[in-house]
Amino acid sequence: MFDTNELVLNMGPQHPSTHGVLRVVLRLDGEKVVDADVVIGYLHRGIEKLSENRNWTQIILLTDRMDYVAAATNNVGYCETVEKLLSVEVPRRARYVRTILCELQRIASHCLWLGTHAMDIGAMTVFLYAFRERELILDLFEEFCGARLTYNSMRIGGLPLDIPSGWDKKVLEFCRIMDTKILEYEELLTHNRIWLERTKGIGVIDGPEAVAIGLSGPALRGSGVPRDVRKDEPYAAYDELDFDVPIGSVGDTYDRYLVRIEEFRQSLRLIRQATEGLPEGPIVGKVPRLIKPPAGETYHAIESPKGELGYFIVADGKSTNPYRFRVRPPSFCNLQGLPRLVRGHLVADVVALIGSLDIVLGEVDR
Amino acid sequence: MADGPVKDPGPDGPAGPGRTPASDQDAASGTPASPSGAAPVVTPASRPAPKPAAAQPPKAAAPTGPPDPPPPEGQSPPAFVVALASALPDSVTQLSYYVGDWTVIIPVAKILEVARYLRDAPDAAFDQCSDVTVTDWPARPQRFDLIYALYSIRHRHRVRLKTMVAVDQPVPSVTSIWPAANWLEREIFDMFGVIFAGHPDLRRILMPEDWQGHPQRKDYPLEGPGELLMENPIDWLKLRQSRDEADIE
Repeated sequence: MFDTNELVLNMGPQHPSTHGVLRVVLRLDGEKVVDADVVIGYLHRGIEKLSENRNWTQIILLTDRMDYVAAATNNVGYCETVEKLLSVEVPRRARYVRTILCELQRIASHCLWLGTHAMDIGAMTVFLYAFRERELILDLFEEFCGARLTYNSMRIGGLPLDIPSGWDKKVLEFCRIMDTKILEYEELLTHNRIWLERTKGIGVIDGPEAVAIGLSGPALRGSGVPRDVRKDEPYAAYDELDFDVPIGSVGDTYDRYLVRIEEFRQSLRLIRQATEGLPEGPIVGKVPRLIKPPAGETYHAIESPKGELGYFIVADGKSTNPYRFRVRPPSFCNLQGLPRLVRGHLVADVVALIGSLDIVLGEVDR
Repeated sequence: MADGPVKDPGPDGPAGPGRTPASDQDAASGTPASPSGAAPVVTPASRPAPKPAAAQPPKAAAPTGPPDPPPPEGQSPPAFVVALASALPDSVTQLSYYVGDWTVIIPVAKILEVARYLRDAPDAAFDQCSDVTVTDWPARPQRFDLIYALYSIRHRHRVRLKTMVAVDQPVPSVTSIWPAANWLEREIFDMFGVIFAGHPDLRRILMPEDWQGHPQRKDYPLEGPGELLMENPIDWLKLRQSRDEADIE
């Protein structure tokens, strides 16, 4: 008889379905994954250390470079943390615009997730469709702040610019287009037999375990835990708007897919409410010219498209830069759960599971 | 990665006076190590520093920690903190409230007990360990502030635990209580060199495995040899040569 040996297979860091420079060392028994070791750090740029040596305004630009497909969300999280330290009141209009930008960003990020996740599994068309709609959002962002990827679109205390005239009409027009496009995605995938075979029952994890291993965001809600920072600890204008938090039931890759598809709809609902009810008024609060928060420390979390994005910032009250700048990156904590998810599945499912966690390596490595 | 940022170059190292990372011993023994090099240097020969002056420079140069303000009058602490203090005596050394956040300061020896209590007690139920992180205060004997940011999904409340740790003092790992802390503690080990006892897999996570030093310590230089190479190429070449020789040996 033949002996069976465990085979060690190195996946990445240069692999198209690892969504960047992620390396996974797989231990295989035949085609089954026995264990996985995730190796990260290839994109480490020392953003935390760098931020401790830059002034409070310069850091906004650095936060863009973490989750670069959801840069506006990173900006909002950072600015709100500093506003909390400064005890600055942000005007209502600025909070509404921030909400619109965050939700547009969530749709853009989910479009990118959907396209790449589906292409990893073999559905080419969805990729082209999803990027077509992402383009519309990038156009909206370009009109708002002039950039298409790294926006630098917030300031401490509010916004750098008011929205351009007619922009809100375009946002509503985009919502109208997006409504029908979600149906197109669903038509391609939700009842597609290949899609069901590849995602149902893959990477099942129940709620308590998902919480324990540190999942957050859609990956956690797919397991049926109704945890959403927007609902539980409202920031920006989320406490004034109406939306639902979709949750899954089984906790497999298919549920995580359904949760994100439903989040498209909830985001559109939020954008519509915020755009139609956009209050008039100033866009920047009363912020001192030289930003120098009093000594103290705080942790503030927001819901990024990937999960709970937290900032822990320590100010020493003397210098014009933070004494300690720490980011709690959702992708980093979600990726930690990958070995648990892939154990016992086939090599081909590893690709589906990496996609299902929706990671961005710029944020994992910072 | 031979061209990475300067590792601790030793006594003959080429790093300029402002760049040499202060050794751990200096910081641990309480010498006012100043990360930015901004401390007024008092040479003992020219001016024997009087007693109050010796106490003042560290205050002015290197901060020794956040103020951790106590809760204001009328702000009663959450029920689970009161219950924690009565269930585990000596576990709460200080209680702090700042911009809406509660921080419980605990001794290192009590970390596991407190963590287990906060996870299991029904009125606390902190099932999610959001973040574990460290702040480095080199001017202090116990130079690291270790911070756990906890969240309870059931009660929707937050609290932060804080404890102070000296260099080379092992800290009990909370991975047995919150498995989510695994990578977070590895990152702290990598970036600050805090050692977690009982951690299942304590390796570097972001930096290369053979990296020397801990980049996010305050006395670690921000800029690597790239600039040093420009300023003083001969010294840098000497350092590289000595390092290569050490490798061969």
